[in-house]
Amino acid sequence: MKILESAAVIITGIVFGLFLLGVQRKLVARVQRRYGPPIWQQFIDVAKLFSKSSISHGFVFDMGVMMALGGTIATLLFVPIGKLQVLSMSGDFIVVVYLMAVASLGMAMSAVNSGNPNASIGVMRALTQMFGYELPYLMVMMGMMFAYRTSSILGMAQVQQGGILNWNLFRVPIGAIVVFISMFGISGKKPFDTPIAPAEIASGPMVEYSGKFLGSLTLMHALVIFVDISIFVNVFLGGASNYWFFLLKVLAVFSLMVLISSVIPRFRVEQVVTFSWKWPLFFAVIQSVILVAMGVR
Amino acid sequence: MDRKMSPETRSALEKLADWFRARSIWMLHYCTGCGAVELPPSMTSRFDMERFGIGPMATPRQADVLLITGYLATKTLRRVIYTYEQMQTPKYVIGFGSCTINGGIYYDSYNVITRLDLYLPVDIYIAGCMPRPEAILTAFNKLREMIEKGEANGWKRYEENKEWYRANQLKALNGEVYVTR
Ligand code: SF4
Repeated sequence: MKILESAAVIITGIVFGLFLLGVQRKLVARVQRRYGPPIWQQFIDVAKLFSKSSISHGFVFDMGVMMALGGTIATLLFVPIGKLQVLSMSGDFIVVVYLMAVASLGMAMSAVNSGNPNASIGVMRALTQMFGYELPYLMVMMGMMFAYRTSSILGMAQVQQGGILNWNLFRVPIGAIVVFISMFGISGKKPFDTPIAPAEIASGPMVEYSGKFLGSLTLMHALVIFVDISIFVNVFLGGASNYWFFLLKVLAVFSLMVLISSVIPRFRVEQVVTFSWKWPLFFAVIQSVILVAMGVR
Repeated sequence: MDRKMSPETRSALEKLADWFRARSIWMLHYCTGCGAVELPPSMTSRFDMERFGIGPMATPRQADVLLITGYLATKTLRRVIYTYEQMQTPKYVIGFGSCTINGGIYYDSYNVITRLDLYLPVDIYIAGCMPRPEAILTAFNKLREMIEKGEANGWKRYEENKEWYRANQLKALNGEVYVTR
């Protein structure tokens, strides 16, 4: 039973994640008044990547890719999709945060092992900007865990039952905005895409990946986006009782993110940290003080 | 060298892979020639290449198509060869503009190569100085058909006739292809 459920969750993550990336390309194209690629373009791209020859740069290079993909899949198993959740325990939010770090670490290791200077610059930028957005993100989340006395994602989703006004989006509005901004960083969306800046550092960490390695990393990126938004939906939008309804919410949040990120330019790398530690962190502190002092509602 | 493409038999899996390859073409443009100026309009709102699944890529490892956008000095030819050999198979080359076909207005220049096909296996040429975006899109659609039929096998030609290409390259590059300077 568990195996079937895991398979269902992983397939959902991959298929829906790739679908989201396709939606992203279509939406960006429409914003730029283009026709855009078909919505299933991303599936074709991944299939093509797996059909190409690929070059490896050593053992750590291969292992890092596996670690990145595996770490993300492990994260995915902790995320409740509607009623479907494979692994759950009382502290699973904290586990998820750590597992996500394993994934980025794997990617960083593998990229640096390729020996390309652009990759090292990209990894350095990615780690620098992680300092920026992770801090406000965790601060809000910790405040909420304290206020609700639970650190499980499902627990957070359950306390919001009973009507839209019970959603944390309305109970913890400042925190919701801070987390929403940090999500742009986690999923590498526009103002926070300094690590993969194609025109400056030739797509950064991805510079030496080819064929099936690039395909695996595309899958990983799709999964990261899916996990990231699923957590937001569970924690702030009340989760969902129904599988399809959950995916709909994820799609809505993602479309909003894409629309915002398609019209803003990229930060320089030090601007990311300055910005994140000025505004999101400021509001995160205010929100946590409110949460700790007064509780929720 | 034999320019005829052998009517090779592809397995069903290869055919499927070619179907995918034809619909997702990532290009790497080697933009030292003037023709590159027609690429931004073909990629942006007016002509929108992305609707065919064609997109720009940043590095040779990720790309499928190498676009040579015009004349190549012997010095740049060396870098183009490096770039081409870094790309992963299957890979295709598009010669872009008259300069790659017969030298164009540089036909009598002392350090510009005149026929790209002598040095790299070109799959398709776009004539014109410089070709309009319509011509570029036509060429890409032609390439797409060729890939789907399994006819765009310049990379196999390059592997099979490596010595022939190498000899030409050495002639143009004064005796050595790989230099560390
Ligand atoms: S064909 Fe014409 S436009 Fe193209 S590189 Fe040569 S001179 Fe320039």
